[in-house]
Amino acid sequence: MPEEPVAVVGIGQTKHVSARRDVSIAGLVREAAVRALEDAALTWADIDAVVIGKAPDFFEGLMMPELYLADALGAVGKPMLRVHTAGSVGGSTALVAANLVSARVHRTVLTLAFEKQSESNAMWGLSLPIPFQQPLLAGAGGFFAPHVRAYMRRTGAPDSVGSLVAYKDRRNALKNPYAHIHDPDITLEKVRSAPMLWDPIRYSETCPSSDGACAMILTDRAGAARSPHPPAWVHGGAMRSEPTLFAGKDFVSPRAGRDCAADVYRQAGIGDPRREIDAVEMYVPFSWYEPMWLENLGFADEGEGWKLTESGVTELDGDLPVNPSGGVLSTNPIGASGMIRFAEAALQVRGQAGEHQVPGARKALGHAYGGGAQFFSMWLVGAEPPTR
Amino acid sequence: MRDVAIVAFAQTDHLRRTDELSEVEMLMPVLHRVLDATRLRTSDIGFTCSGSSDYLAGRAFSFTMALDGVGAYPPISESHVEMDGAWALYEAWVKIQTGQADTALVYSYGKSSPGEVRDVLTRQLDPYYAGPLWPDSVALAALQARALIDAGDTDEAALAGIARRSRAAAADNPHAQLKGPVPAGEYVVQPLRTGDCPPVGDGAAAVILAAGDTARALCPRPAWIRGIDHRVEAHGLGVRELTESPSTRLAATRAGVFERPVDTAELHAPFTSQEVVLRKALGLDDSVNVNPSGGALAANPVMAAGLIRLGEAAARIHRGESDRALAHATSGPCLQQNLVAVLEGESAHA
Amino acid sequence: MPEALSAPLVVEFPFTRSLGPVQSAFLTGLRERTVLGVRTAGGKILVPPVEYDPVTAEEIRELTEVAATGTVTTWAWNPAPRRGQPLDAPFAWVLVRLDGADTALLHVLAAPGPEAVRTGMRVRIRWAAERTGAITDIACFEPYDGEETGQQPAPHDGRFANPVTGIVTPTRLDYRYTPGRAQSAYLDALSRRRIVGERCPSCRKVYVPPRGACPTCGVATAEQVEVGPRGTVTTFCIVNIKAKNLDIEVPYVYAHIALDGADLALHARIGGIPYDQVRMGLRVEPVWTEDGRHPDHYRPTGEPDADYDAYKELV
Repeated sequence: MPEEPVAVVGIGQTKHVSARRDVSIAGLVREAAVRALEDAALTWADIDAVVIGKAPDFFEGLMMPELYLADALGAVGKPMLRVHTAGSVGGSTALVAANLVSARVHRTVLTLAFEKQSESNAMWGLSLPIPFQQPLLAGAGGFFAPHVRAYMRRTGAPDSVGSLVAYKDRRNALKNPYAHIHDPDITLEKVRSAPMLWDPIRYSETCPSSDGACAMILTDRAGAARSPHPPAWVHGGAMRSEPTLFAGKDFVSPRAGRDCAADVYRQAGIGDPRREIDAVEMYVPFSWYEPMWLENLGFADEGEGWKLTESGVTELDGDLPVNPSGGVLSTNPIGASGMIRFAEAALQVRGQAGEHQVPGARKALGHAYGGGAQFFSMWLVGAEPPTR
Repeated sequence: MRDVAIVAFAQTDHLRRTDELSEVEMLMPVLHRVLDATRLRTSDIGFTCSGSSDYLAGRAFSFTMALDGVGAYPPISESHVEMDGAWALYEAWVKIQTGQADTALVYSYGKSSPGEVRDVLTRQLDPYYAGPLWPDSVALAALQARALIDAGDTDEAALAGIARRSRAAAADNPHAQLKGPVPAGEYVVQPLRTGDCPPVGDGAAAVILAAGDTARALCPRPAWIRGIDHRVEAHGLGVRELTESPSTRLAATRAGVFERPVDTAELHAPFTSQEVVLRKALGLDDSVNVNPSGGALAANPVMAAGLIRLGEAAARIHRGESDRALAHATSGPCLQQNLVAVLEGESAHA
Repeated sequence: MPEALSAPLVVEFPFTRSLGPVQSAFLTGLRERTVLGVRTAGGKILVPPVEYDPVTAEEIRELTEVAATGTVTTWAWNPAPRRGQPLDAPFAWVLVRLDGADTALLHVLAAPGPEAVRTGMRVRIRWAAERTGAITDIACFEPYDGEETGQQPAPHDGRFANPVTGIVTPTRLDYRYTPGRAQSAYLDALSRRRIVGERCPSCRKVYVPPRGACPTCGVATAEQVEVGPRGTVTTFCIVNIKAKNLDIEVPYVYAHIALDGADLALHARIGGIPYDQVRMGLRVEPVWTEDGRHPDHYRPTGEPDADYDAYKELV
């Protein structure tokens, strides 16, 4: 029996900020979940199961917080799953939920991802001191900056490309009411003159630390038929993992990312992603990852990704808009960041992205990655139901 | 639904400490054992899913290093739950149901020896009202045990009997940590004595799932998953009826437990008193062989103990010692979340 | 085989928790010696008050005041209090249904011994002398000989002067970290200023530091191979922000270094050269200090730079 098609009929986000001091952890996730239910015109009773994801439990100091959150998410008496695949978790969580529908285990599933980073401190959570090991000498950006330098060396990309990405994403964020960073006075000059934190990465080219949650309602064909708004249809979804570090690992263009994209395109019948995909929400925590992922995801040949960025192709009005929402560079509740990518891709093909809508978007890619560029999750959503 | 079976199971010897082994060093041999048993390689596996907890190890992202033991290159289709491995098995079962995979490798591991697991588990509680009081896992189980005694569901002698029966059964289990005659001991938190509590230790387990004819080719007598379901309850202890487990009962109903009697049940009851709750919820009488492995009272590697129940039940079917077995896993304070599966050997289905 | 290493690992943080309106009212109420519950649409009064109905999932906000006296619904005697628990002397864990409430609150009961505790016994709150707006403003429960009055709970607007909107929950967990066989062997060799990796028996790649398993083959590594001490900078970044707990002046260079004989790069700081002169391909060697287990940093050897093609597979 072929898989049941999966439709996204509800999407909800919180307004992402550095600290939500007015709500509990339950209150934060609840806000996104209620907005998703309202979007789908459904109630708690319509939900068959809940799939929740977040990054390390140490961030909030709660072990398996889904146990405490069961009541707030209407999960009592229902199945509840908790996914954790590092930074890619928001995407993986959505895919686990989608599988419940496509396998016909459940009809309608609530999926949600969150991080309330203000409960602790992200750097503390990411770098607990381990005895005998050298302390992380360089912070989060220091982990990624050498790979950016390797990319520049490999492709000959000019220094200016990173700033272009940050300038674009921060301007896009101004059109997204849920984005964390809203800097109406942003200029390219300001981006370029920001201090180098981890040369070649500038402060202006790094992601913030946010409190936020994102929720989606996934359902089957029958559920989609009852949806008050146009659904987004899942045309393909995949996860790929490779080890953290290994001999021969390509940190600039990890094979797991390439394989994952190829699997999604195969499922969705995409032969030429550059032409056939109308919008991309990719996980870009540091600006240079845009050109790197453009190559990894098959939108550009090896060594050519930066040229797409430089020529304006990835601008909101370009022919392959990347991160119309403002992306991770503008909003980063770590565990939710992947799901926000998936949800924003769905908003695009539903025509509900508001001011950051890509006109006429019919197919969009949501992308997330995590760990040492080792865990990848992606989905491709379309305005029409899949034909397979 | 596709027919999916557990075709291989392996577990470590469960030990109080494994200081000489990192997590991956502890885990890798059981991965090799299930792969060898099925003559599969990592690259043959359609989907891999694991369960573990950062809080046990005291380190964020601990599961990323465990992946080293899988040999995940070329890259694999893989996921992880921050839950007991029983739920990783559930995710893998769903994946096979989609048709996207025909086989799955499921593993989980937990080292309780680095920390004080009684204190670590307090971090599962709501962080506003309960967490700041640091009520440890034995204390919460003892509140449940007292409620059962007050309700006339059990008494301390009966609880001691459960402990005795479990450790006696474990005498035949080469992997068990606590087996044979074990004294009832002093009260840890009254009414629970040391004998009513699980041993604290380290361990890992792995399972291979396969669908249809693939399963038949990999295993002489696959343990078919006839039903599997899991449910969660409200978090607050004070809003729950602690002597009941409605989530277990509902999951069992959905899994088809009550359609036909089972001959064997592997229950994930870390405390003797919790077996009383589960037996009631599942309607198990003395005709059912409960925890022939010794259960979690004989070995309780946190995050793997639930998956081991599924594995032990499957292994009995593989060996022809059971035709229809129930397997159960739990998570959270006082049985907050429960998973139930029904496994059958081929002849029972015909 | 050197003995497995072991060291304390402390995970400690003062988490800052925002409360939301219901939890804020409850904890502020405790500061004022007032116990609030919340009424569900079905008319049940939940104490402690939760934000969402455990049965219907509806948001609940209707506060109501209940008594500071109640009845034990279950208990457990704790002969050996643990760190962080509310009382130092042996005590009973209790679930208490406060008069007027339909659900029970988890806390502790001060009593001389288990024989003094029973289900159904009457108890009352003993307030902490100093209250801040936290669950520990209830110091404990204590035995009480008054009957339940049957008085109906009174509606409460939940408003107090200077409401508590957040709490700090300090958390400390103590672990003992053991890095395992492969890491222990590596660290043992480092203490003798030798850098020893392990070779995969299958793909023959040399891993430094060794992690016990070849991550691409999924098999144990065992054959020890001394590598370096010299190596090549494959890539790097210049760190301009001072990390907490690190006594290193910025800017400094954080580099990936492929030691001669190793099949992947390790990470270390580069010294002995101005930061802006570090480049890919630079040849370096470790600089050891008396007290450090790891090389303090790596410095240039003075050799000619390695050709990009010689190390590009290791970037």
